[in-house]
Amino acid sequence: MYVAVKGGEKAIRNAHKLLAKRRRGDTSVPALTLDQIAQQLAHSVARVMGEGSLYDETLAALAIKQARGDLIEAAFLIRAYRTTLPRFGYSQPIDTAKMLVERRISATYKDLPGGQVLGPTFDYSHRLLDFALAAEAENGEVDYPVETAPADTETMPRVTDLLGDEGLMEPDPVTPEDTPVGDLTREPLSFPADRDLRLQNLARGDEGFLLALAYSTQRGYGRTHPFAGEIRYGEVEVEFFAEELGFEITLGKIKVTECQMINQFKGSAKAAPTFTRGYGLVFGQVERKAMSMAMVDRSLRIHELGEEQVAPAQDTEFVLSHSDNIQATGFVEHLKLPHYVDFQAELDLVRRMRAEWFEKRQQEESGEIAQEAAE
Amino acid sequence: MTDYSQTANSAQVARQKTMAVLAAAPAEAVAEKFGALPTPAYDLVRKPETGLVMVRGRMGGTGSPFNLGEVTVTRCVVRLETGETGNAYSLGRDKQKALQSAVIDALWQRDETRARIETEVIAPLAAAQEQSDAAVKDETEATKVNFFTMVRGDN
Repeated sequence: MYVAVKGGEKAIRNAHKLLAKRRRGDTSVPALTLDQIAQQLAHSVARVMGEGSLYDETLAALAIKQARGDLIEAAFLIRAYRTTLPRFGYSQPIDTAKMLVERRISATYKDLPGGQVLGPTFDYSHRLLDFALAAEAENGEVDYPVETAPADTETMPRVTDLLGDEGLMEPDPVTPEDTPVGDLTREPLSFPADRDLRLQNLARGDEGFLLALAYSTQRGYGRTHPFAGEIRYGEVEVEFFAEELGFEITLGKIKVTECQMINQFKGSAKAAPTFTRGYGLVFGQVERKAMSMAMVDRSLRIHELGEEQVAPAQDTEFVLSHSDNIQATGFVEHLKLPHYVDFQAELDLVRRMRAEWFEKRQQEESGEIAQEAAE
Repeated sequence: MTDYSQTANSAQVARQKTMAVLAAAPAEAVAEKFGALPTPAYDLVRKPETGLVMVRGRMGGTGSPFNLGEVTVTRCVVRLETGETGNAYSLGRDKQKALQSAVIDALWQRDETRARIETEVIAPLAAAQEQSDAAVKDETEATKVNFFTMVRGDN
C-alpha cells in the first residue's frame, strides 16, 4: 500500500520538462514523423496496436514517439486513449479465408491449393547487420526493386479446412449465433474463463510472456506436439451492421496474422481420433506472437480435451492473470511510488524484533555466565 | 412484390459497394474528388464522430466468435436540401473524410447526380484500389515457393 504524499510539484513539473527535452534528443537531428514510424517501424506499430488492443497505425506511431520507443508504455497510452471514445458496436467476425494474402506458409503440406508464398519475411535472411542501411540516409533515397509475377486467381483455403474435409481435424466449436461473446473491456476477467475470453486475453497479451510460455510447452512443460499447419498474413475487411441503415457496411481493411497450430490427437470410444488445434489471431504482422498464442490457446484447452494439468502454460488462471503487460507493469512499477508509511511500520517492526532478539541473547549470555560462575 | 424487393435489394447492394469504396479510399483521394464536385447545400444530421468498433474473429477461423480488439471508426450523417440522407462509416479518425463521404453518398442517392458520382468518384477510386491490390498480389506471387522433399536414403 502507498499513501498520498504532498509536495514535489515543482520537481515533477521540471522532470516533465526534462523528459520532453530528452525525448526530443539532439535538435540538430530531424524529429521523427508519424509516417516514418508507421512505415518503417511497422512491427513496433503492430505490437503496440495488438497489446494496446486498438488498431490505428497513426495513433500507435504517436504513442511510440511519445514513449521514446518504450512499446509497453506506448500500449499503455493507447489503452488510456481508447477509454475516451464511445463504442459504436461489434463487427461481424472477420473472414480470414477472404484475406488479401501477403504471406502464407504451411509446415505440414508442401503442396496445397493456392501454394505457399513467403511475402516479406526475416525467415531466410542471414542475421548480419546491413551497414548499407546505416549509410542510406546520407546517400539519399535508395530504390528497392522487387520482382512481380502474374498472380493466379486460385483461392487459398485454410489448411485446417482441408484436413477437416477428410475428417482428420477436430471441427471448430460452433455456438448459436445469439450466444453472448465475452468482452474483457466490459467485464473484468473471471474464472473459469471460456475460450472466447481466453482468446481475447491472449490476443492483447504480452508477446514476450506468450513466447516464453509457448517455448515452455516445447521444452516439456505441458507438451502439445505442435505443427505450424498454416500461418497467413494480409488484409481482411471489417464489416459492421449499422442499425440506422439496416444493412452491413464495410468499414475498411485491417492487417492481421493468423496461425493454425495442429496438435496431437483426441479420440474416444465414441469419436475417432483426430488432430486437435490451437488458434492465434493478432493485429498486424506479428508471427511470433500469433504462433505463441496458438500454442498457449491449445495448452489451455486441457479441461475440454481431458488432459492432466502439469505445467504453468496449462494453468488458465496463471496465464490469463499475468499476460496483460499493462496490468503487470502497473503493479510492478507502482513499487516506485512513495511507500513511506508502510515502510515506517516495517522499520518499527524490525527494530522491535531486533531489540527483542538482543535482549533474549543478553539474558541467555548472562544466564550462561551465572551458570559458569556457579560451576 | 418480389420485383420490388429485388430492386430495393440491388439498390442496397450498390449503395453498400459505394460506401465501401469511399471507406477504403485514402482521405486525400476523397478530398480531391469532393473538391471537383459542385458542393450541394446540406445539413449535418450527425456531425462527424470518432468511436470504437470491437472487431471479432472466429475460433479456428470458422468457429464461434471472440473479441479480437478494437478499431477506430469515424461516422457522419448529412441530409441534402433535396432530402437525401447520406451516411459514412470508415476506419480511422479522419472527420473531413467522413463528412465528404457522407455528402458523396447522399449525392449518389439522388437520381440527378448518381451517374456523375459513379463515373467521376466511385469508379476511379475503385479502380485505384483494385490496382493497388493487384500490385500486392503480383509482388506476393513472385515469392511463391516450391519445396522439394529430400527423401532419406534415396540416392
